[in-house]
Amino acid sequence: MSSSSAAASGSADSTAARRNTKRPKYSKFTQQELPACKPILTPRAVISVFLLVSVVFVPVGVASLLASRKVVEIVHRYDAECIPPSNSSDKVAYIQNSSVDKTCNITLKVNKHMKSPIHVYYQLDNFYQNHRRYVKSRNDEQLRDSSKWDSTSGCKPEDMANGKPIVPCGLIAWSLFNDTYVFSLNNKNLTVNKKGISWKSDRDHKFGKDVFPKNFQNGSIIGGAHLNDSIPLSQQEDLIVWMRTAALPTFRKLYGKIEMDLNEGDTISVTLKNNYNTYSFSGKKKLVLSTTGWLGGKNDFLGIAYLTVGGLCFFLAMSFTIIYFVKPRQLGDPSYLSWNRNPGGH
Amino acid sequence: MMEQVENFPSFRSSMNNSSRNSTREVTFGHSGSKNVRYGSKGAADSGPFSMSQKEISDEDARLVYVDDPDRTNQRYEFSGNSIRTSKYSIITFLPRNLFEQFHRVAYIYFLIIAILNQLPQLAVFGRGVSVLPLAFVLFVTAVKDAFEDWRRYKSDKVENNRIATVMVDGRFQGKKWKDVRVGEIIKISANETLPCDIVLLSTSDPTGVAYVQTINLDGESNLKTRYAKQETQAKVPEKERFIGLIKCEKPNRNIYGFQGNMEVDGKRLSLGSSNIVLRGCELKNTNWAVGVAVYCGRETKAMLNNSGAPSKRSQLETHMNLEIIMLSVFLVTLCTVTSVCAAVWLKIHKSELDLLPYYRKLDFSEGERESYEYYGWGLEILFTFLKSVIVFQVMIPISLYISMELVRVGQAYFMSRDSRMYDAATDSRFQCRALNINEDLGQIKYVFSDKTGTLTENKMEFQCASIWGVDYSSTEPSLELGQQAECFSQVDGKVLKPKMKVKVNQELLQLSKNGFRDVEGKQIYDFFLALAACNTIVPLLVDTSDPTVKLIDYQGESPDEQALAYAAAAYGFMLIERTSGHIVIDIHEKRQRFNVLGLHEFDSDRKRMSVILGYTDDSVKLFVKGADTSMLSVIDKSLNTEILQATETHLYSYSSLGLRTLVIGMRELSVSEFDQWHFAFEAASTSLIGRAAMLRKVASNVENNLCILGATAIEDKLQKGVPESIESLRTAGIKVWVLTGDKQETAISIGYSSKLLTNHMTQIIINSNNRESCRRHLRNALVKSRQPLAASTVSNDSEGISDTIATPISLIIDGTSLVYILDSELEEELFELASRCSVVLCCRVAPLQKAGIVALVKKRTADMTLAIGDGANDVSMIQMADVGLLFYFWVALILQILNTCLFIVSLFFRYVLFTAYTVTTAINEWSSMLYSVIYTAFPTIVVGILDKDLSKRTLLKYPQLYGAGQRREAYNKKLFWVTMADTFWQSIVVFFVPLFAYWGTTVDISSIGDLWILSVVILVNLHLAMDVIRWNWVIHAVIWGSIVATIICVMVIDAIPTFSGYWAIFHAAGTGLFWLCLIGILIAALLPRFVVKYICQYYYPNDIQISREAEKFENQRVNGGGGSGSGSRQIELYPIPVGPPR
Repeated sequence: MSSSSAAASGSADSTAARRNTKRPKYSKFTQQELPACKPILTPRAVISVFLLVSVVFVPVGVASLLASRKVVEIVHRYDAECIPPSNSSDKVAYIQNSSVDKTCNITLKVNKHMKSPIHVYYQLDNFYQNHRRYVKSRNDEQLRDSSKWDSTSGCKPEDMANGKPIVPCGLIAWSLFNDTYVFSLNNKNLTVNKKGISWKSDRDHKFGKDVFPKNFQNGSIIGGAHLNDSIPLSQQEDLIVWMRTAALPTFRKLYGKIEMDLNEGDTISVTLKNNYNTYSFSGKKKLVLSTTGWLGGKNDFLGIAYLTVGGLCFFLAMSFTIIYFVKPRQLGDPSYLSWNRNPGGH
Repeated sequence: MMEQVENFPSFRSSMNNSSRNSTREVTFGHSGSKNVRYGSKGAADSGPFSMSQKEISDEDARLVYVDDPDRTNQRYEFSGNSIRTSKYSIITFLPRNLFEQFHRVAYIYFLIIAILNQLPQLAVFGRGVSVLPLAFVLFVTAVKDAFEDWRRYKSDKVENNRIATVMVDGRFQGKKWKDVRVGEIIKISANETLPCDIVLLSTSDPTGVAYVQTINLDGESNLKTRYAKQETQAKVPEKERFIGLIKCEKPNRNIYGFQGNMEVDGKRLSLGSSNIVLRGCELKNTNWAVGVAVYCGRETKAMLNNSGAPSKRSQLETHMNLEIIMLSVFLVTLCTVTSVCAAVWLKIHKSELDLLPYYRKLDFSEGERESYEYYGWGLEILFTFLKSVIVFQVMIPISLYISMELVRVGQAYFMSRDSRMYDAATDSRFQCRALNINEDLGQIKYVFSDKTGTLTENKMEFQCASIWGVDYSSTEPSLELGQQAECFSQVDGKVLKPKMKVKVNQELLQLSKNGFRDVEGKQIYDFFLALAACNTIVPLLVDTSDPTVKLIDYQGESPDEQALAYAAAAYGFMLIERTSGHIVIDIHEKRQRFNVLGLHEFDSDRKRMSVILGYTDDSVKLFVKGADTSMLSVIDKSLNTEILQATETHLYSYSSLGLRTLVIGMRELSVSEFDQWHFAFEAASTSLIGRAAMLRKVASNVENNLCILGATAIEDKLQKGVPESIESLRTAGIKVWVLTGDKQETAISIGYSSKLLTNHMTQIIINSNNRESCRRHLRNALVKSRQPLAASTVSNDSEGISDTIATPISLIIDGTSLVYILDSELEEELFELASRCSVVLCCRVAPLQKAGIVALVKKRTADMTLAIGDGANDVSMIQMADVGLLFYFWVALILQILNTCLFIVSLFFRYVLFTAYTVTTAINEWSSMLYSVIYTAFPTIVVGILDKDLSKRTLLKYPQLYGAGQRREAYNKKLFWVTMADTFWQSIVVFFVPLFAYWGTTVDISSIGDLWILSVVILVNLHLAMDVIRWNWVIHAVIWGSIVATIICVMVIDAIPTFSGYWAIFHAAGTGLFWLCLIGILIAALLPRFVVKYICQYYYPNDIQISREAEKFENQRVNGGGGSGSGSRQIELYPIPVGPPR
């Protein structure tokens, strides 16, 4: 079957002379003789690489540690204290009772000057927004396109209520977080800007400007917040934020931004409506006020990791240098070849 | 050019440039032509496969009515003559190809996974996504198969539409090959190819001889003779309708055997393998031949041998399956862990499930209270298990199979393109016939080689003659003079010249010219007459550009005979014509005609042949030619004792020079002797039972009491590059077995000249005549071989064992000893002994023993064996060593692919632990599917094809490096675990760095998933890059290109608004945290690998590493010193033909 190679080559080169002989056409590619760089790990190169890494990593590590330290964060867990003592035996019954007023007052103390913008987050622990059933329970078509309002595939068990499709359907939307916070500083209301807390891309392209909530939270069990039927989804920023399902079971969601500085010693009182049921699965609810640095929130991990790697590389560079001077080897010395080391036996 | 085979005959047909020097026996005329005058009444079965005539029972027979195809095909469904090597048609392609592809267990596994994913309860991935990888693999393979099949289809079409001349309604007409039917009479003209297997009826030769070339069938280029039966020879199909019935065996694959009989005119004639001509043969030197088709199309022997070759399973694939089984166990474990954890979680949260916002078991959507997607304990656990199988399936990489396929195709391409594998003489290049044994080339530990035609050129040259006790060796200086003066004969104004020119000895030439008056002259006359007559050579007249000059081409099966015939011609004894009954020899420009009264073919028992010539003066002489051992036993020792002794001395000295020797003898037959012989011969050749044995007996009876004439010595020249190749093979640690029919001295001498044997070797020689001494020799040899350092120079020739100093052992064993060893309990001992020897030289081996020896080794070892039939020159050697390193790379390649898959699976699994044990994937489903198919497999394939450890030059310099491919056991296990540990570390880094960095932040699934997929892909590619040895632009493009492609893919996927991860990558990439994570991951993950690699390479370098450094630094030194930038200044051990720059 000599034609196999001939046929293959025919397309590549179709000169008549070529066909008369089967001599393979000479090219550096087919002869596997392309000019090639053959890097070899020489001690000098390796040591320089390690030094370079440590030189880069140590400063970056220091910088990120500093950035993390500069971030001021107030975290306040309120899920337990916002249950009236009388109801503490049956928290679930309390939270499910819609007729009870669930207002709760807490105070936050500012220990360090906080520069605006101060982000207000709510943090949920032990809430698996990444649960497979939950993640899939949405319909992105419906959110985007008003003509697809009745496409609720994948939304079960929150796809229909009273025989009509729900917009937005699915468990995610159904379980929309509905605690609300009102902040006041020295009895003066602190405005929380809730505009622009979601991704612009989501507002512009993912959630339709002409898609309005329909038949939402009309089912037998209420999962969370109600939506204003007259506001299009693209402006329901709390929903948009919530629909960006979190990657991890402990997560924060942006609630709003306080656009003024808070001074050290300030006491902020928060009036919150403790509506959201995390009690049935013993999830924690926290309110978080945080400034932001260039690296985001308060997290020392990366800084420490960078310092460790940088330090390790420096250490390795040093030890390799020492070993290199103590026990060098001539590269490419044929006397090291196995059959040269112990002649006679292969 | 090479193929791993069972025995010699079967691989010949698969060699590509067999046309140059076919592999053949070192004997002459082993199934040569017949004496037609006496033998044509019942041409005997001949050859090793002959059987005594026996009845073919009717059920097993095929009945062919000659010239009556309608009747022939009436009852039986004989196949037509159209052939089909293509497997598919347009309609059957899809189902059949799919069916064949799904023979792979892995594919069925992937299919099941894909089907599982279609069930609504289990749909982890979208429906389209889950089918994607399987569909891709199936598609690529299907395209490849379709292309190959289309090519086969085209060649079939050409074949089927060739025109044959067929008898239709009493006239010969042209007919397409595909329309030829069994029973039809076909006429073949000279140089035409046979369309089907035919039984000869008559030929242009009055005695019914036809010469055929079987090069397409078994690769032998010389002519073979076939006979028409005397009874049918006379009939002319055009004039009278031929009525007859052929009864023959069912189609089978044996190309050397045929059995049948033919009923003509009430007589029953037996048919043997000499009466059938097979499809694919070419008719030569015969004007026409007429025969009846007996086997057509796919039932022809050629096609039966062509199809159904068992596919060779590469060792690597077997090896890989093992690893896959390990992975499967791991997969099941992971899935079990997941489902158990999920069960525990469900148990703990049992009471909360109804209303849990992220679980919500209650479902009111239909108006009534029911459970949503909850099927109770058992099923939930089962579903979780199946879901995790679906998600973790990437662990068993479908891409592995496609990668292997593609890498093989690529390697085969480069092998066939290698200009060093190109042979200018035959315009042929390396061809890869079985894709999946590429990587096994690197695993070869035994090489079996024929001597003639493989190590040697198979171009025999007449060198010396010993006539009547006088040695006439050809002397070089006389070369030109001799041939110009003598070698032609003029007839009717036409000049005849032998095609080949031979060196001649001036003295002998002079003597032969001077006439033959004295005793010496008479002997010389007889000697050359014997050379010219005692053979089965057919002289062919070939036209030249000059119309008055014709060249005589001596065609024969044995190159030795050709050499002798040319030699005789050079000394003035030119064989001009051979017909069945007589020969014409031009003796010094006088034409003489001799009647050939009888001819005893060569057979491997007698090891000689003889011819009985009737002179014009009615005297009858018997000329015998044969191997020295067999001849000396039949020569009358009482006559001319000194001459006999002198000849024996000459024989010994010739064979020590590595020449092939033959002894010539003659006897004058008296009338009574002749009559007696004639009677016996007639009886033997007409007998139906045991004909071959009877003929042999007749021959043995007459071949005795010979008078010695002399001996000849023929040189079989070594092929170019053979000594270097053999030496390379030896240093590479490959055991070389050379099997030859030469006598021991010749073999040893050739062994030395081909560097097979060296003075450093301990030689163990075994040649015994009976089982007991054979056993004793073997035992002794074994003892000796076990203490190889016993540096004794004891030479004990009476024992047949001699040894010299030094370690490597060579074993020399002769055919007679092998007779006692093969198929007995001694085999075991021989193998043990042979496995200690680096070189084994078997001399005086009969053809069948060769296969026996190969089988002996194959049976007892798992190592790869390679039988070379042709052209073991240095080029194939390079390629072999090259591929040897390839295996070492293959293992790394597979590990790499497995790793990448394990990698992502461990990511998936860890994430599962953070999603309440439900198999959520953070990585987009499209990305995770593309991951194993495109993101990582593609660069791995290209690197697998293109990357090479070392240049060909270095490989040739240190053939020992070949061994690196063989030390696979230790290498693999250690490497496997080290790599696994490394992978484990890397996946930990990749997973936990983002996890800790993003813990308690607003990060969403898609962003962290994008970070994960990007870091994994970059990491895997960098990981691969660290193993790349030669960075040329293709590899650069592929590795960096793959990373860029992944980034683009991720961006494209994130730009689709209907995916929940819309725009995630753009958001994430806008933060410093993302980039810090990415860089940190890459450095931290690769750090241990880098450190270990450096320490290993610098402080514990292996041979390959050192050679690599040497290659680089030598190059630099040369470049720096010489200034000219070419690498050709490297110091080489041997010069290599470098491909011409166009």
